[in-house]
Amino acid sequence: MEKKTPFYQHHVKAGGKMVPFAGFLMPVQYQGIIEEHRHVRSAAGLFDVSHMGEIEVRGPEALKFVSYCTVNDPAALAVNQVQYSAMCYQDGGIVDDLLVYRYPEHYFLVVNASNLAKDFAWLQEQSKGFDVTLANTSDQVAQLALQGPKAEPLLQKICDLKLSDMKFYWFGTGKVDGVEMLVSRTGYTGEDGFELYFDIKYADQIWEALFQAGKEFDLRPIGLGARDSLRLEMKYCLYGNDIDQTTSPLEAGLGWITKLKKAGEFNGRDVLLKQKAEGVKRKLIGFELEGNAFPRQHYKMFKDGAQVGEVASGVFSPSVSKGIGTGYIKAEFSAAGTPFQVEIRGKMVPAQVAETPFWKNSSIKK
Amino acid sequence: MNIPKDLKYAASHEWARIEGDTATIGITDFAQGELGDIVFVELPAVGAKVTQNKPLGTVEAVKAVSDLNAPMSGEVTEVNGALEGTPDVVNKDAYGAGWMVKIRISNAAEAANLMDAAGYDKMEKHGH
Repeated sequence: MEKKTPFYQHHVKAGGKMVPFAGFLMPVQYQGIIEEHRHVRSAAGLFDVSHMGEIEVRGPEALKFVSYCTVNDPAALAVNQVQYSAMCYQDGGIVDDLLVYRYPEHYFLVVNASNLAKDFAWLQEQSKGFDVTLANTSDQVAQLALQGPKAEPLLQKICDLKLSDMKFYWFGTGKVDGVEMLVSRTGYTGEDGFELYFDIKYADQIWEALFQAGKEFDLRPIGLGARDSLRLEMKYCLYGNDIDQTTSPLEAGLGWITKLKKAGEFNGRDVLLKQKAEGVKRKLIGFELEGNAFPRQHYKMFKDGAQVGEVASGVFSPSVSKGIGTGYIKAEFSAAGTPFQVEIRGKMVPAQVAETPFWKNSSIKK
Repeated sequence: MNIPKDLKYAASHEWARIEGDTATIGITDFAQGELGDIVFVELPAVGAKVTQNKPLGTVEAVKAVSDLNAPMSGEVTEVNGALEGTPDVVNKDAYGAGWMVKIRISNAAEAANLMDAAGYDKMEKHGH
């Protein structure tokens, strides 16, 4: 039996088509994926992401522990700063990707819903020998993502933080409609926006306050379908498609978050150092297909008659109106512009490694 | 759920409008709703032979692809060319402007393998 987020009734009322996802009943779409996608690119959309997992790490060795479990360097974080990171097994495979929030005395980790149970058990295992305490607060936390070029003026109407002073990947603790919450300038769409974390008891109030404030900006609820097409146009990784326990962050193009030279030991370092020194054998690339053809997960990629890779994610891109995807391809074919083929129902369809992100007019202010 | 009474239905969510020896074929309103925004419909050429319950084309949506199966066997006499530029009419009008192909029926007895509206409605409610 799937769980419901505290916004379930609002989704149903708004015409959301509810589907099981990561153990929750979530809206996959309301009006249609393409329309919702374009609305986030041009105005503002609200996503219920309360299914995401939240874990607090406290204790004298919180920093040392988070650094041990993640590949990015949390020591580089200032208070109120956010970091995109990944947790790796000793063999360099990815446990999950996550956000790390730095508070003065503790860390707040946001992980994928589908991995929460696995992540929490794994973190508990890793924590042996560290003076830390872990708390899974996921069931008490409501999360909404307000995304789109109108997100800032919309939220500013009901938020007491000065949002124009908040940079991308920073957060603050402030009041929205009088309710104290974590306001984070982050997202998974490639547009400017905020993610709000707050006590589930205020779910109805905050949902309604955002739509009230959002009337003049035509704020609309957006489903998981558009969340996926929006993130894929940015080549943001999706766990289970683009990354998993068999892929390393270096293969996945996440070298920029993999701080091999950071102080202290961390899981996967030896394998990752070796991969870095020898070069990875395959890379996650973005690609475009020619014509009316659309890539889907597990389609095979060919070059000169030999299989050279496999599609990880695929979608019809509403922004470029063609089939786009990601896939792991042999490293020698990973340069932008390299032609190859994708086998679709027995036919070889021409494809080309693309410059990513696919969406080049992001409203994110860096 | 929109299930016209004058059509026949396949378990794989295609409909057939049988008029004399011609069947007009499309996907049901339920199917278009499940697929979401349809972005391309790949159809056979006029003259192609199709076989009951075998794929005759594909329907590509933003997130998923689905086979279009032939509800009856026959030869394709017409394809809906309008879908090439505006595949989303399948979402808007699955039983009308969103029709996909017409075939000349080669074995009228196959109609017995299809469901009527009541049968399709029941199947849909009890386990698709």
